Amino acid sequence: MIPEPKVISTTINGDEKQVLVSERDSLLEALRDRIGMTGAKEGCNNGNCGACAVIMDGRLVNSCCVMAVEADGSEVMTVEGLASREELHPLQSEFLQNAALQCGICTPGFLMSSYALLQEKPNPTEEEARFWLAGNLCRCTGYDKIIESVLTVAKG
Amino acid sequence: MVATDKPKYKIIGTRPARPDGVDKVTGRAQYGADLKLEGLIYGAVLRSPHAHAIIKSIDTTKAEALPGVHAVATNADFPGSSNTTEILEPGKANERWAADNILAGPKALYHGHGVAAVAADDMHIAQDALALIEVEYEILPPVVDVQDAMQDGSPILHSGLRTGVRAAGVDTKSDIETNLASHMRLERGDVEEGFKEADITVEREFTSSQFHQGYIEPQNAAAWWSMDGRLSVWTSTQGAFSARDATADILKIPVSDIKVTPMEIGGGFGGKIPIYLEPIAAVLSKKSNRPVKMWMEREAVFQATGPTASSYSKVKIGVTREGKITAAYCTFAMGAGAFPGSPVGAGVQCALAPYAIENQVVDGLDVVLNTPKTAAYRAPGAPATEYAVESVLDEIAEQLDMDPIDLRLANVAEEGDRNSSGTPWPKIGAKEVLEAMKSHPHYLSEIQGEDVGRGIAVGFWFNGGMESSSSARVNKDGSIALIMGSTDIGGTRASIPMQMAETLGVTYEQIAPQVTDTDSVGYTAVTGGSRTTFAGGWVAYELGQMIKSEMKERAAKIWDVDSGSISYTDDGEIVGPNDKDGNEQKFSFNELAGKLQSTGGLIAVSASSSHTTQGAAYGGHIVDLKVDRDTGKVEILRYTAVQDVGTAIHPSYVEGQIQGGVAQGIGMALNEEYYYDDDGHLMNGSFLDYRIPVANDLPMLDVELVEVPNPGHPYGVRGVGEVPIVPPQPTIRNAMYDAIGVRFYHNPMSPRRVLDELL
Repeated sequence: MIPEPKVISTTINGDEKQVLVSERDSLLEALRDRIGMTGAKEGCNNGNCGACAVIMDGRLVNSCCVMAVEADGSEVMTVEGLASREELHPLQSEFLQNAALQCGICTPGFLMSSYALLQEKPNPTEEEARFWLAGNLCRCTGYDKIIESVLTVAKG
Repeated sequence: MVATDKPKYKIIGTRPARPDGVDKVTGRAQYGADLKLEGLIYGAVLRSPHAHAIIKSIDTTKAEALPGVHAVATNADFPGSSNTTEILEPGKANERWAADNILAGPKALYHGHGVAAVAADDMHIAQDALALIEVEYEILPPVVDVQDAMQDGSPILHSGLRTGVRAAGVDTKSDIETNLASHMRLERGDVEEGFKEADITVEREFTSSQFHQGYIEPQNAAAWWSMDGRLSVWTSTQGAFSARDATADILKIPVSDIKVTPMEIGGGFGGKIPIYLEPIAAVLSKKSNRPVKMWMEREAVFQATGPTASSYSKVKIGVTREGKITAAYCTFAMGAGAFPGSPVGAGVQCALAPYAIENQVVDGLDVVLNTPKTAAYRAPGAPATEYAVESVLDEIAEQLDMDPIDLRLANVAEEGDRNSSGTPWPKIGAKEVLEAMKSHPHYLSEIQGEDVGRGIAVGFWFNGGMESSSSARVNKDGSIALIMGSTDIGGTRASIPMQMAETLGVTYEQIAPQVTDTDSVGYTAVTGGSRTTFAGGWVAYELGQMIKSEMKERAAKIWDVDSGSISYTDDGEIVGPNDKDGNEQKFSFNELAGKLQSTGGLIAVSASSSHTTQGAAYGGHIVDLKVDRDTGKVEILRYTAVQDVGTAIHPSYVEGQIQGGVAQGIGMALNEEYYYDDDGHLMNGSFLDYRIPVANDLPMLDVELVEVPNPGHPYGVRGVGEVPIVPPQPTIRNAMYDAIGVRFYHNPMSPRRVLDELL
């Protein structure tokens, strides 16, 4: 009754990978438990909290709500792929400098959602940023410093 | 920022990046669920579908036979057995309750109570195995409401409870079965006489729902119980030492056989002080001879980890026409959940703490319910009791036609006034907070518009002291390794080294902090009670003094002078008397560090201390809000939180603590709550249905820091994190009246309840 494992080919942060997954694995489980990349976090496993957000083929997705087998042949970008070899992405530096994280568990998801926001809308208003990021839950900060950081990076 | 008598600091008050920050923004930080171990298998827990049921039998044979399953565990795997016939003295615990909360003993006591656990090759197989476990239940009627649970004829959770009255020297035991686990009373003066002196007396009743801490990271634990008897545990916890001790108590093994390694922790707010999975993972590891990792599903987090207590409050306050409080009589009952131990005691002590009141009685009742065992949640107990008091004061201010801040200023507690326990206050900043509120541009501004209102309220929390330990080593280049016992939940790897750098006159960057396991540092109490920057700072200061003294000794040896003739400057320079030729003799810290190995070895120091001079703190909030009459939704238009923080070590993190606390308080006031059906099932165990505030629910939350340094700390630290969750509920409730003329007596004031009042 245990389903046969499947091999999927997925490009993760530019690296082509072949991964043995269960048909029942979500992309989040494949990333965390099969590949060992734990930057994407499980907060709810049903798409409510955004801690597992990644970018798949240019689209922001909650990786807990994508099956691993659906990621076969796709390109996935995770928080581990945000910084270059030399330096942090401006969103990462600003979050760090502006104390936009406390416990940090929601941070990978916020960074990926903010990255997707700035791709889509390079100069968001505060209201637009708040609506875009409403799918990411943070319980520590009250969101002030996160929103400030995103707007600061957008302004350049 | 408002500050009184603050010394000039070099590092304290700056905003450096935290040392653990890069790992956290790059996804490298290792939280409990991220742990990888050789041969790791995965554990999961079967949970009771009933809120109250006798467990007649558990058959795990089919689960054990499933390929890929390595071990199964139940309550019977914990040492000892539950003695349900023992009659308990009031306030005394049954020694098996801790184990029975983790995996149910004779009865399942709440919906989602753990019943059995399995460990398997992956989480899917573990879930399959859970479905094969057969449990026979005899379903009992549940009780989930505090007032219902105190009624005669209520379903009884624990047949051994016999609580009578324990107050003001009276200690009696009742002879009937009860859900009342304990009663406490604080009493001062003569309330009867006090109420006679009052011109106006207002008495009101309030209730509040259960709220969850809502940390984004579910509880997790991994364990490896080696055949040599040593148990290693990795967990995201607020206290590695408390997790170790609680695990040892349940497994009945020596504390020295357990090493707990605290992983990064994804939020706690009090909810990650208790343990839930650690003993289960340990038992599964022992039975499978494999390391076992577990984490909770979100629904289990809501069902089985501590929410805060639901509450019933009755508050009566008498005042003169001039606004002087003459007497207060308060009764607070709090739901502890399935086992005794609600935070009602702390709530009782906080209720009247902002005010100097000669005549008062405050009663507290701890009540068991068929809901998850409550855990601490940010200023545990205080939001409910102070909400009731602040709400009554708002109604009194209206009746007196008095500014609500002036009413509070007329009664504010100051140094030397006595609190509810009769102890005189040291220097506190309640008055400074009220004055800063009164002169704040927000309070002075006009508000306009239909269904728009403004409210204010204040809040108090003690802040904690307790034991902390650290060790430090000076390296040959002057860099310093600082090992801390406190798990870092929101920036203490910055705030504690900043205090050490200030003490030593060195840079913040040359101190490398690290949180370590329970075998590698002295005992340290939990990261909670707003204590960590206070107590950790004390230890860092003491280590700094030890290092300074040793550095002077070394310089004395090099210069061949008496160490008493050597001074240590604020810039970290070690200065001796001029040499015989009249030349100045001095070393920088780093220069002298380079000479340590040749003068007796590198410096290694450690310290444990337990200071009781923590600084109580006050906050006062102002809100402008607008009520939507069609939907009942409340929009927060402007929010200002004023707080006495003692000294803001890292102002960004201080602001962040306050903003986070305010956001949680707004959630409690407006939409968070546990919903139970008539059978005691939790109906909203997800982040979709238990909706915490999201980014577009809130405006920017303005923070005004007031600094009245704590005289009991070398840098004036009071503690920050808990006070800000106290005022939002009454602040918003008082503003709702200003907006729509309705007084609410229950939190949350959810859209449904608002509409019920308006339609």
